[in-house]
Amino acid sequence: MAPIRSGLMHHLGRNLTALTTWIDARFPMTKLLKEHITEYYAAKNFNFWYGFGVLATVVLAIQIVSGILLTMNYKPSAEDAFASVEYIMRDVNWGWLIRYLHSTGGSALFIVVYLHMFRAMLYGSYKKPRELIWLVGMAIYFCLMAEGFFGYLLPWGNMSYWGAQVIVSLFGAVPVVGEGLAELIRGDFYISDITLNRFFAFHVIAVPLVLLLLVVVHIMALHEVGSNNPDGIEIKEHKDADGKPLDGVAFHPYHTSKDLVIILVFAIAFSAVLFFAPELGGYFLEHANFEPANMLQTPEHIAPLWYFTPFYAILRAVPDKLLGVILMGLAVMLPIFLPWLDRCKVKSIRYRGWVYKLALGIFVTSFLVLGYLGLQPVSDTYTLVARVFTFTYFAFFVLMPFYTSWEKPKPVPERVTN
Amino acid sequence: MTVRATLLTLGLAFNVAALAQHAGGGALPMEPANTDVSDLAALQRGAKYFVNYCFGCHSAQYVRYNRLGADLGLTDAQLVENIMFTGERPFDMMTNAMTDEDAAAWFGIAPPDLSLIARSRGTDYLYNFLRGFYQDDTALSGANNLWLENTAMPHVLWELQGVRRAVFVDRDVDGVVVPTFEHFEPVIPGTLSEAEYDGFVRDIVTFLDYIGEPMQLERRALGVRVIGFLLVFLLIAYMLKREIWKDVD
Repeated sequence: MAPIRSGLMHHLGRNLTALTTWIDARFPMTKLLKEHITEYYAAKNFNFWYGFGVLATVVLAIQIVSGILLTMNYKPSAEDAFASVEYIMRDVNWGWLIRYLHSTGGSALFIVVYLHMFRAMLYGSYKKPRELIWLVGMAIYFCLMAEGFFGYLLPWGNMSYWGAQVIVSLFGAVPVVGEGLAELIRGDFYISDITLNRFFAFHVIAVPLVLLLLVVVHIMALHEVGSNNPDGIEIKEHKDADGKPLDGVAFHPYHTSKDLVIILVFAIAFSAVLFFAPELGGYFLEHANFEPANMLQTPEHIAPLWYFTPFYAILRAVPDKLLGVILMGLAVMLPIFLPWLDRCKVKSIRYRGWVYKLALGIFVTSFLVLGYLGLQPVSDTYTLVARVFTFTYFAFFVLMPFYTSWEKPKPVPERVTN
Repeated sequence: MTVRATLLTLGLAFNVAALAQHAGGGALPMEPANTDVSDLAALQRGAKYFVNYCFGCHSAQYVRYNRLGADLGLTDAQLVENIMFTGERPFDMMTNAMTDEDAAAWFGIAPPDLSLIARSRGTDYLYNFLRGFYQDDTALSGANNLWLENTAMPHVLWELQGVRRAVFVDRDVDGVVVPTFEHFEPVIPGTLSEAEYDGFVRDIVTFLDYIGEPMQLERRALGVRVIGFLLVFLLIAYMLKREIWKDVD
């Protein structure tokens, strides 16, 4: 047996080599594999915060595959949409699994992306030379927000309907062109079948096309300058005789084997939600959305899904509608400017002064408290609290050039620490 | 959308919840439904009660008879005998003959479809609602409900529960006198005892919970297997990672 099998393997191997040579003469396959996988060097001291980039890619893949399968049975019309979702849940083989993968994936994507962005703030990943990675990342985040917003209308539940109604009406606050703008978005004078159709078009093709392109650009830009690390130092400054960074290890097999562990830990948490609590107490699938859209009956309490609520709380905290919309927009946009607002030369929080640690702590607290408040019904106390934290949220960004100039960083090591 | 409509939309969004808190019933403690969708006998009883007492007015339009039969362990013959009374075919959906127009004319509002009611309102609410009817001669149907004030729904189960009067006492809430529910007083006794009636309602709610998400038992069972597989895979992946990384200092 043995000689025959090794002879076969020998033939296969020789043919594969020939095929590779043939392709490489026509397309840079081996070159790309080396640049991005087998010879892409990243620091050996990545901690768990560095897992959220790969997790975002994994969840994006889940969303694309489950989304394609959903479109095979979903009907984007006001008449049929709600019933088609229930048809998927009840009559399509594994339809419930596909739908829960997509609904859990939507929230999971925002969780991992928020943690991925927080990692960048911990270790200064947005600083020179990685400003462009950060900007493209922000563009990806805006695309995800658009995906979340457009996709949320598609089940055509009552919360879908009224959520879209409230958000689209915000565009009506823009002076002069506001009403026309809101009409342009809806394609009608109210949220209707026409609106559902165009939101479907944006959700399944327009935004995903841009999103995928941006993800490719994000990763290419990252691999051009190299990944940051928890010490915030450049591993390319210390190379061995072959020109390989001394503190780096190859993406494959080192980081791929580590990422597999991270992906599996995530998959277990993801499955726990999907199989045992797909509504997650009304945070991932809202109770009011199990009633079909009804333009004559508002749900008891309209709140957007949790990932928009920090900004929704800011909108509600401002007494004037136009000013509220402007501040909400600013709150979403401000992180774009982080690479230039942060004047500290030291990247990692490990070697930064107490001022930035305090500021980052206040920012995270503000974001979480606002997120909680955005889910709650309005009360006088809550409005007051929301105003205080809206102030601290903006102070973090607006005062950043000052406090990051004053802070006294600690000395930074030459080589990465473990 | 006009400016007024826009403001109305926003105003509703911001104020409806505050209003809801002031509406009657909000302060009453709910009793837990304690339903168990894996209890096949309870589901079968619930299905029977549902078609006898609820189905005349409420549809369950996303539920298919033969799916129901398969999940509840009923043969097609048993389905025809106990569940399907008007010549439906096993693959039909559980729709009913009442049109929305007729319903609106008779009750003032069309009775909602109940396929997803357990998911939109929760089982505890349904359990308390069905136990919350009391006599009210000012109401069109002669009955009102503690949990949904001025409900259009008549007390369909009154023969079982009996007719009760609700006693309210005036309480001072922030300087406003609010009538607050105190207790029920029997007017006409029902054919079921209180405990039997609670069990009856629990069976219906169990059935509503099941039709809200018919695959929920399958979902949990698959979840255990998926997570079990992932844990084994994680162990192997972790050992692989350790092996690959052992040369890195």
